Amino acid sequence: MKISILDRILLLVTGLLAVYQIAFVIDDFSTLPLITYTIAFGVLLVAGLLIIILGFEVLDSPLVVIVSTIIPLTLSLGLVWQHLASFRVLYLVFVIIGFLAIVITRSFPMSSKLPTIVLAFVHGVAGLTIFLLPIILSMQGQVNPLFSLVGIGGALIGVGGLLLSFLKVGKPILSRETILKVLPGLLLLMTLCFVIGFRYG
Amino acid sequence: MKTLFAKLRLYLPLIKGLQTGLLVATGLAGYMSARCPIFNLGTVAGLFVSLFLSISGSTILNMWYDRDIDAKMGRTKKRPLSSGAVSDGEVLRLGLTLSLLGVGLAVAMDALYGLIIFAGLFFDVVVYTIWLKRKTCWSIVWGGISGGMPILAGRVLGMGGFDWIGVILSLGILFWIPTHILTFSMKYYNDYKAAGVPTFPSTYGFGFTRAVIAISSVIAALAMGMAGWGIGMTVGYLRILIVLSAGLLTLAVATLLRPSEQVNFGLFKYASVYMLSSMVLIMV
Repeated sequence: MKISILDRILLLVTGLLAVYQIAFVIDDFSTLPLITYTIAFGVLLVAGLLIIILGFEVLDSPLVVIVSTIIPLTLSLGLVWQHLASFRVLYLVFVIIGFLAIVITRSFPMSSKLPTIVLAFVHGVAGLTIFLLPIILSMQGQVNPLFSLVGIGGALIGVGGLLLSFLKVGKPILSRETILKVLPGLLLLMTLCFVIGFRYG
Repeated sequence: MKTLFAKLRLYLPLIKGLQTGLLVATGLAGYMSARCPIFNLGTVAGLFVSLFLSISGSTILNMWYDRDIDAKMGRTKKRPLSSGAVSDGEVLRLGLTLSLLGVGLAVAMDALYGLIIFAGLFFDVVVYTIWLKRKTCWSIVWGGISGGMPILAGRVLGMGGFDWIGVILSLGILFWIPTHILTFSMKYYNDYKAAGVPTFPSTYGFGFTRAVIAISSVIAALAMGMAGWGIGMTVGYLRILIVLSAGLLTLAVATLLRPSEQVNFGLFKYASVYMLSSMVLIMV
C-alpha cells in the first residue's frame, strides 16, 4: 500500500512531537526515566522517519516486532521507576527478560505457539502498565488529572503494537490495509497524548 | 520573458537543488554555531548568496566536465547538457560566472572565508572531478573534503578564524559523505560501471563498501556529537542528536548484516535527513 502525502504529514508531526518530548518535556526527569523515555520517543522518531522515507514496506521487516516492543517496554519502565518505587527492580528484570525472550523467539524458527504467547504476554503487561498506572495515579489525586492522558496514549500504543505484531506473525486482527490506513493517525494521537500528559500531568 | 523562464527551467537541474541546498545549510549552520542567537542579517544574506553561487557554480562546472559520462548513464542521460537541451559553451560560461561571483563576494566579505570557499571549489572541480574521479575510487575523499568546506567557511566567518569545532564539523561532513555517496554508487552500480567511473563497489566489492559506510557513519556521528558538545548545544538537543545518530548507525550496521536494496536506499535517504537535522540542531 502506497504511503500518501497526508500519511507523511501525520508522521512528520508525530516525529516533531517526539523531538519536543525528548528535547524539552523530559528534561527534569531522573536518569533512568530520562534514558527510557529518550529510547521510547527516539525509536518512535526514527521509525516515523523511516516510514516517511521508505513507505509502509519498511513494516515488512522482521525487525518490526522487536522495535514495536521497545517503545511500550521502555515507556512502562520509566513510569514504574517514577511512580512505583517498590517495584523498580522487579519491573526492570521483567523488561530485560521480556525483551530478550522476544528477541530469541523471533530470531530462531519455532513451530510452537511460544513466540506468540511471549509476545502477547510482554506486550500485555507493558501495555496495561502504561494504560492503568497513570489513570489510577490521577484518580488517587497523586498527579495532575491530565497525566491520565499518558494512560490513553498507552491504550493507543497497545492497540497499535498488537495490531502490528499480530500482522507480522501472520495472525492479523484487522486487514493490512486497514491497519496501515489508521497507523499514522494512531501514532500521532498517541504521541500527542504522551506529550500533553507528561508536560502538564 | 518567456525565453528567460524557459532558460531558467533548463538551468535549474544543472545546480542539483537538493545537494546545493544541503551544502548551503551546512555553511549557514557553521556560521550560526558561532554567533547564534545574535547574528548580522546582512552577513547571513551575504553568506547565503556567496555559498549558493559558488556551490551552484562548481556543480555546473562538474556537470560540464562530466557531460560525456552523464550521457552514458541511465540516471543522468536526460540532464539538459547530456540531452543537448543546452550547449556546452553556454553551461561552461554559466558555471564560471556563478563561481566567480560566489568566490568574489566571499572574498569581499572576508579574505579567509573567501579562501576557504575557493579551496572548496578548487578541490571539487579540479582535484575531484578533473583529476581523480575517472582514475580512482578514492577520489571521494577529495569530494568529501570539498563538501566539508562550506561548514568550515561558515564557522570561520562567524568566529573570525579557525578553531577545533570548525575542523570537527568539517570532519563530520567529510565522513558523512561516504555514507551518502557509497550507498548511491551501490544503487547505481551498473550505471557507473557502464560509464567507466571507478567506485568502491566496483573496485573492492559490496562487502568492503558496506564496511566503509558503517565505519564512516560511526566517525561522522561521533564528530557531530563532539561538535555539538563543543558548541554548547543544550542537553535536550544533544539527546536528539544522539537519537538521530543511533538511527544512522543502526541502518549502517543493518546494511552490513542484512544487506538489501531497501536498507541501502533507506540509509542513503536517512543520511540526508540526518545531516539536515544535525544542521538545524546546530543552528537553533
